[in-house]
Amino acid sequence: MDKVAIVGASLAGLAAVRALRRQSFAGEIVVVGAEPHLPYDRPPLSKDFLTGAVTVTDLALTHDGEDLGADWRLGVTATGFDPRTRAVHLDTGEVIRADGVVIATGARARPIEHLGVHTLRTLDDALALREALKQTGRLVVIGAGFIGAEVASSARKLGWDVTVVESLPTPLAGQLGTEMGEIVSRLHGDHGVRLLTGLPVTGLTGTDRIEAVELADGTRLPADLVVAGIGAIPNVEWLESAGGLAAATSVPGVVATGDCTGSQHWTFALEHPATAVAELLGTDPPVTKPPYFWSDQYGVMIQFAGHHAPGDTVRIVEGDPERRSFLAVYERDGQPSAVLGLNQPKLFTRWRRQLRSAPQEA
Amino acid sequence: MLQPVCPLSEIPPGEAYRWATEPAVAIFHTEDGEVFAIDDTCTHQDASLADGWLEGCEVECPLHASRFDLRTGAVDAPPAKKPVRTHRVEVTDGVVHVELSKEPPNLPPGAKP
Ligand SMILES: Cc1cc2nc3c(=O)[nH]c(=O)nc-3n(C[C@H](O)[C@H](O)[C@H](O)COP(=O)(O)OP(=O)(O)OC[C@H]3O[C@@H](n4cnc5c(N)ncnc54)[C@H](O)[C@@H]3O)c2cc1C
Ligand code: FES
Repeated sequence: MDKVAIVGASLAGLAAVRALRRQSFAGEIVVVGAEPHLPYDRPPLSKDFLTGAVTVTDLALTHDGEDLGADWRLGVTATGFDPRTRAVHLDTGEVIRADGVVIATGARARPIEHLGVHTLRTLDDALALREALKQTGRLVVIGAGFIGAEVASSARKLGWDVTVVESLPTPLAGQLGTEMGEIVSRLHGDHGVRLLTGLPVTGLTGTDRIEAVELADGTRLPADLVVAGIGAIPNVEWLESAGGLAAATSVPGVVATGDCTGSQHWTFALEHPATAVAELLGTDPPVTKPPYFWSDQYGVMIQFAGHHAPGDTVRIVEGDPERRSFLAVYERDGQPSAVLGLNQPKLFTRWRRQLRSAPQEA
Repeated sequence: MLQPVCPLSEIPPGEAYRWATEPAVAIFHTEDGEVFAIDDTCTHQDASLADGWLEGCEVECPLHASRFDLRTGAVDAPPAKKPVRTHRVEVTDGVVHVELSKEPPNLPPGAKP
């Protein structure tokens, strides 16, 4: 293998470059990235970046002076792919042919098509939102998932009057289960943020700027700013010419990693590229750890690891949900399947380690 | 100047002790019986490395998985970008002694110096 093309220049793309070099690949590496920026870290965008504690420079994922010997083609978008010849077509008209291709195009925020509704995925989105948050007023956040909850928490810290609306009866139920989703979403109320659940948004009003959000029960929430955190869509349309992501990666020499695979977690995008690259180079893959993600809300560190499935039982093994500091273990057939910690990093790390030694499903 | 911190018997192998000096220091006792001291606060954000995941001579930050080499303080990969300070350790008569580094610490943005 002489040349590898990596499409997507964010966390997973960068981790793939590093893994290639660490796994002794000495050939040519081309990285194509649609954004004009070198890889930067997204998690702070909804947290300390909005409140100003973290700057653009802090977000950089590359080290100063780090030389990975890669050709970074930034501000360039891949528009098509031919898996047979492993040819990546670019919006510049150029075609890159490589012996190996890593697909790492991540995901984008699911949009709400209405004037003035913010979404948050990129640095440019975050700069626009940070600017909009400079005054204070009434913010409505649509979606009480992790990103919505973090935006609510940051805006609250900046002095905004915040309402979060969620169409599901319990926020985060998919990720944490109903019982824990309910407990974690109490953080909003603790900090003076209104949470309205089970109420889909039926309309947005305002012509030259947003004025209100309307809900299924007729409630009209006046708003000076609206942010939607309603999920992410994998960026895989450019693979349509190749029959889609699954068809593209069924060809030898083509692998995919990070959020474009449907994952939504930073740690997967950091760690999995080493496995993907090992497949490309035919080297031994590293040990995989159970999935792990975290969220920061209202000064509370939320950490989750493992696989949660409906029907798992949950038990608090330490601390007290009322004090928003506890550790909960999910069990299936008497075996721990997942673990959730609120402000319990030490214990959480122990349990996360135990999960790793427990048998994992593929 | 070496300062006595705690008996080594208080730190089982594979575990760490957080010494609440200013700034706090984490003392690790590896599975192989070696003892190391580094600044306790991660250089990325306000996390205690004593709470981290110790593997061989490396500790993985409990929050975002950057790994620090206990021997050199070097960090393997972002989000943390700066190395953590290391301190000299000696174990005498079963007691861990630490000599604090005179280098400036690499504290995370927003942390109090
Ligand atoms: C605001 C926010 C907060 C988050 N907080 C957390 C958190 O607290 N904890 C956690 O675990 N995870 C968090 N995440 C998720 C985490 O950031 C992602 O899992 C991670 O960024 C995925 O990395 P990736 O490289 O796979 O994809 P992405 O980061 O999405 O990067 C993909 C890159 O590919 C580029 N691209 C797309 N299409 C093309 C194309 N056709 N040609 C060329 N380039 C293309 C994109 O422009 C982008 O730069 C958060 C995400 C966001 C947005
Ligand atoms: S706080 Fe240590 S890596 Fe983020």
